[in-house]
Amino acid sequence: MNGNENKVETEGFSLAALQAGDPEEFARLVDAYSGKIYRLAIKMLTQQEDAEDVLQETFLKAYRGLKSFDGRSKLSTWLFRIATNEALMVIRRKHPEVVSIDEPIETEEGEQEPVQIVDWCCLPENELLSEETKERLDAAVQKLPERLRVVFLLRDINDLSTHETAEVLGLSDTAVKTRLSRARLRLREELSTYFSERTNELREEQLNKSIHTSQKESR
Amino acid sequence: MIETTKRHEHKNCRQLLGSLSEYVDGELDEELCSALEHHLEDCEDCRIVVDTLRKTVYLYHATAGTENIPSDIRQRLYKSLNIEDFLEK
Repeated sequence: MNGNENKVETEGFSLAALQAGDPEEFARLVDAYSGKIYRLAIKMLTQQEDAEDVLQETFLKAYRGLKSFDGRSKLSTWLFRIATNEALMVIRRKHPEVVSIDEPIETEEGEQEPVQIVDWCCLPENELLSEETKERLDAAVQKLPERLRVVFLLRDINDLSTHETAEVLGLSDTAVKTRLSRARLRLREELSTYFSERTNELREEQLNKSIHTSQKESR
Repeated sequence: MIETTKRHEHKNCRQLLGSLSEYVDGELDEELCSALEHHLEDCEDCRIVVDTLRKTVYLYHATAGTENIPSDIRQRLYKSLNIEDFLEK
């Protein structure tokens, strides 16, 4: 085995074949990561056309850049870095007022204090995983500022480790943890608002049903 | 019963807020972890925040893999990269 290649984290791909432009090996790479990259892009940008552009641009850039890929990070981390930069570029083009991802804001805004203290954990699973809930989950992510959203998507949706996320974004591990914590607390807040409404609605439905039944019985 | 306020103002709760995310991941260091658990024994509000935070993360994990690339987008991707011969149907 080539000693140099052994050091490089290629996650089961032949770096030699990729760098030689082997289309079959490249197709394997696209097959393995296009789903995750599309998911990241669509949740960053919401518009399907934008997500498609990011997806194509990411793999075109990867194809061209593979020759100079030095293996200092994992292949997947490198792909996510390209994709994240592409997605952020789209956001900046569309919303020039958005602040930069690497701006040191950590000290300026503290954790948002929890306002919604409602225990909705015992709602039935079909309620918690309904189509409507899924839409709410997505909508809540959209409300996050970009710098929190991108960390949340890499960590909790694409399952990258803290360190991999830090590498993708050029942040410290601590900054990733802080942003993830803030993102999750904000999402919890959003979901709590929604689920406490649902809990009340369900309780009312239940109540109406039992009134209806007892009226029937008394007839 | 201890009255729980809608918006709790205990000083300890605020200090511990930043560790909750690591706590639900099971990655909090031992000392902070036991301080937090000690606090949770007496603070109903924080227990609810921890439980719902854990459930929030769970729901996102549970639904994370459900969004796939629409097949037309996938086809156009393979075409733009000149690898459509390897597109598995």
